[in-house]
Amino acid sequence: MASPVDVVVTGLGATTPLGGDVASTWDAMLAGRSGVSALTEDWAEPLPVRIAAQLAVDPAEVLDRVKLRRMDRAEAIAVIAAREAWRDAGLADAGLDPERLAVSIGTGIGGAITLLKQDDILESSGPRRVSPHTVPMLMPNGPAACVGLELGAKAGVHSVASACATGAEAIALGLDLIRSGRADVVVAGGTESVIAPLPIAGFAAMRAMSTRNDEPQRASRPWDKGRDGFVLGEGAGVVVLERADHAAARGARVYARLAGAGITSDAYDMVQPHVDGQTRAMRRALADAGLSGQDIAHVNTHATSTPTGDMVEVASVRAAVGTHPVLTATKSMTGHLLGAAGAVESIATILAVRDGVVPPTINLDDPDDELDLPVAAHTARRMEIPAALNNAFGFGGHNVALVFTRA
Amino acid sequence: MTREEIMSGLAEILEEVAGVNPDDVAEDKSFTEDLDVDSLSMVEVVVAAEEKFGVKIPDDEVQNLKTVGDAISYIEKAG
Repeated sequence: MASPVDVVVTGLGATTPLGGDVASTWDAMLAGRSGVSALTEDWAEPLPVRIAAQLAVDPAEVLDRVKLRRMDRAEAIAVIAAREAWRDAGLADAGLDPERLAVSIGTGIGGAITLLKQDDILESSGPRRVSPHTVPMLMPNGPAACVGLELGAKAGVHSVASACATGAEAIALGLDLIRSGRADVVVAGGTESVIAPLPIAGFAAMRAMSTRNDEPQRASRPWDKGRDGFVLGEGAGVVVLERADHAAARGARVYARLAGAGITSDAYDMVQPHVDGQTRAMRRALADAGLSGQDIAHVNTHATSTPTGDMVEVASVRAAVGTHPVLTATKSMTGHLLGAAGAVESIATILAVRDGVVPPTINLDDPDDELDLPVAAHTARRMEIPAALNNAFGFGGHNVALVFTRA
Repeated sequence: MTREEIMSGLAEILEEVAGVNPDDVAEDKSFTEDLDVDSLSMVEVVVAAEEKFGVKIPDDEVQNLKTVGDAISYIEKAG
């Protein structure tokens, strides 16, 4: 049963390994560029993984120095992406009632870089030298709070945490907030920046990361037989969600409709994915949107380039949607943005719907034998996309699917 | 160290920590009201001042340092 309240996307913002904004990120995606490079810092030398997808534009080039020293990098990039989305939506001078504006921005891990850096200061120089900004910088609601302060949001500032499903779940929460009448506009998305020795060592210890250190740009290769794990990336993605009649009343430009969301949990394993939970998430999203699998032309998948996860998702899409949708895995270019992944990939899905083009999956040179669904391999594919799904799954057994339809 | 030298040292700290324009720093300026230094940044200013001037500024003393002049006087006395 579709909700009587229509929710549309009126603004987009991002800073990613492919570009410092949405336009440059989208151009790079369509061109099939990789954002992955070698980590040349001394600290990377002893690590088994020495590649990552680092931001294309450093936050220091965008935010002023004083603001930056009070924010964790994940907070800074959330603010950068939110500012872009806010401007893009034309809300800067729209006279929006602050009590009708909410924020829903999550992070998978939070201010780990701040925590590690301040712990170093504590060990080397003692407690008095620890920054008084430490706690606001490392708390996982920090990015949402920074954006709420920046935009003056008074309808509530929310920060969901569901590991790599966070960005998508934050957008799903935004949909709920508008449908339930608690806000007219929600600035929603995800952010992550944890390219540091401990997070890399931790993921590497799980044997979850690619160790293709000699070929950084070829390391993230979802569905390819040679895939050997994900590539850690950093970035932020933010969308402006708005009640459709509110957007129409102010003559806002509409990118797409957020037609539905589905959230499930596996209750199966902490880190292993499961077809059942993923399938149910996509089915719920379709039902929420009032659509059937046949209506979905394209799926922006969660596929991270791990040996197990990529094929489980293909089986889930086949069960929930069918064998017709054209898949892509944009992580082949951005790396895995963890808590930001579902948000940046939602932006890619929204633009795919708007522009009628599926961004490519690069490095898919030798597809897995079980990959029996169409994929936009190597190059972008032009096609009509009336409706598309974005999947995001996270450690803990979180499954989120979002349905975007043409405006 | 003269009051002018201490003020110029404080101005450097205020610029670094809170982005205060050194030209705005004067003895009669209040940290919070005139220079817009928030409570957490004030903690940073105090710690940086202790290091720069080799003094100890106890936490219960900080609340008495309303203006730049108050801070200069305290540092002058403690130094």
